[in-house]
Amino acid sequence: MDLIGKKKFDFIKNRRIVYIISAVIILVSLISIIFQGFNLGIDFAGGTLIQIRFDKSVSITEVRNVLSEFNLSRSTIQNLSENEFVVRTEKIDSEQRKEILSAFQENLTDLEILRVETVGPVIGENLKKLALYALLFAFIGIILYITMRFEFKFSIISILALSHDCLIVLGIFSLLQKEITISIIAAVLTIVGYSLNNTIVILDRLRENIKFKTREPFENLINMSINQSLSRTINTALTTIIPILALYFFGGNILSDFALALFIGMIAGTYSSVFIASPLLLEWNKIFKIHQKGIRITGKKGKK
Amino acid sequence: MNWTKTLRLASVFVVIFIAIILSFPLNEKINLGLDLQGGSHVILECVDTPNAPVDNDAVNRVLEIIRNRIDQLGVSEPVIQRQGAIRILVQLPGVEDPEAAVDLIGKTALLEFRNEEGETQLTGAHLIDAKSSFDQFSRSIVLIEFDKIGAKEFGEATKNNVGKVLAITLDGKEISAPVVQEPILDGKAQITGKFTVESAKHLAILLRAGALPVKVEILENRSVGPTLGRDSISKGVKAGIVGLILILIFMLIYYKSFGLIADFALVVCMILIVGALAGLKATLTLPGIAGMILTIGMAVDANILIFERIKEELRLEKTFRASIDAGFNKAFRTIFDANVTTLIAALALFYFGSGPIKGFAVTLSIGILASMFTAIVVTKIVLEVVAAKFSSKALL
Repeated sequence: MDLIGKKKFDFIKNRRIVYIISAVIILVSLISIIFQGFNLGIDFAGGTLIQIRFDKSVSITEVRNVLSEFNLSRSTIQNLSENEFVVRTEKIDSEQRKEILSAFQENLTDLEILRVETVGPVIGENLKKLALYALLFAFIGIILYITMRFEFKFSIISILALSHDCLIVLGIFSLLQKEITISIIAAVLTIVGYSLNNTIVILDRLRENIKFKTREPFENLINMSINQSLSRTINTALTTIIPILALYFFGGNILSDFALALFIGMIAGTYSSVFIASPLLLEWNKIFKIHQKGIRITGKKGKK
Repeated sequence: MNWTKTLRLASVFVVIFIAIILSFPLNEKINLGLDLQGGSHVILECVDTPNAPVDNDAVNRVLEIIRNRIDQLGVSEPVIQRQGAIRILVQLPGVEDPEAAVDLIGKTALLEFRNEEGETQLTGAHLIDAKSSFDQFSRSIVLIEFDKIGAKEFGEATKNNVGKVLAITLDGKEISAPVVQEPILDGKAQITGKFTVESAKHLAILLRAGALPVKVEILENRSVGPTLGRDSISKGVKAGIVGLILILIFMLIYYKSFGLIADFALVVCMILIVGALAGLKATLTLPGIAGMILTIGMAVDANILIFERIKEELRLEKTFRASIDAGFNKAFRTIFDANVTTLIAALALFYFGSGPIKGFAVTLSIGILASMFTAIVVTKIVLEVVAAKFSSKALL
């Protein structure tokens, strides 16, 4: 057949290798999440964040020395440039903050306060709950929608692919001990929407092919569908990643972690849409012994 | 060109025109969030103390006093809202010094006059006026005036402490410790502390608005100075322009004439997003800018989907016109399904997110809708017009 002849890659034949790669990445992510945990930002853990710009360049050690006078030596200090710093401490009130800032001024140099955020433990717990609700709401909404438009098994497979993507993003953030803030949760939710977008394009193609090419073995249909949408998948991944990279390099430090999460998520999402989602559909059919359109699924490459 | 096509093309230009009208001039029509224009977002909670338990009445009075203080600070369009039983939300957009402003709203501001033994002689409860001024050495001072009862009490206090220190404290902290030269009976006094012009002004505001009846605690405070806000805007805009230009070039190189059409659609999409933001009076936040940048990528997605489909149809030896129709029909459902799922995620963010994240959800949603509109309506009309003049070979 003409279209099979144009097939470039055999995604089904090599699916075991892909499963192993994904399994390893997910295992590493899970181990890191379980044993190392997340570096929760003040949004969730509570605390105070101060972003300051000194008039002259200042070293991290100098900043830390001043903080240790206030018993805050355990704070995290991040230098954004040689005179701009983000300091995260336990929750301190405005009086303490003023004292610290004037100590900076006396011991180091004049400064400007760019940003101050203080989140109490009650609000932090509340935000944790809201983030969890948002994730749950999105997942349930998506299952319902896909079940309505496609089939239940499509939605389960989409959710598996999604969880795969989210786990990788969260796992890498845990591994690198990057801060988890509300923005990162927003990025994860965006990835949920986007990764699904890719999966749907391929599954949609599959649905169409199942309808019109009833005599093809299911394996071939899957391969055909992935290959048919491959140039589209790669191009849209590129056009989404280009602005994200622009955001990462030019968008400033507040957005850079957000862009990083999106970047990892887009890569994982594109990969899972192509390599994971559709092959999983084959596994599903095998497990539940569904013979797609009466064609026997042998587990080997189908014959015409 | 036939009648309906002309009409549809015209309506597209009308929509673009309306979007431009809505968003011009940009700096007036686009509502900036606290993280971009600078300002403070504060959540306060009234807490019980043994002397002053919190009840509904106390919370209402706190609300009123805080509103009073903020009004006097001269913040334009502040938000002061009660949230639930004991919490108060305060948003102060565009304040030059967010730190000082937050300080001003969270202070109890209990003014006391104490003798050398530390006993309270009288409080600021009977003040009728307080204003900042300068003494003869041009130091900043605060002038206060008591009502009749207050004047009498103040007279007593000064009479009993002639030649001794009568300390003036605010929330238990000493601001100044003058020695009483002679009894003051007219109910007027001046506080000389180590004031700056600004801090004298703030103390006067606090004293005028009165002390809070209960203690309040700051649960959450997010303040952004105006410098960082401006910085964020310029960096966000820069990232957006770089991303946009790269995408325009990519589409042009990869899809040639089709790419040019997609680029036109993308620019239209951006104009529509800005127009919708202005028209809906939505607030643009920093994550919102990120959402717009993200839509740049997503907006061409639908176009790519359509073009790839049309190319496939052309390979089946269909006519250009028929390929366009078939390509659009087949791509439509996919585009729709894929975008609805992103909308579901955006809805979840809008519903459960707070300020800046809500802004992200809003721009993302507007972006998705605008990109669907431009792909399905704008791209299609332009393609049809082009198809009537050129062959597919000339374009691909």
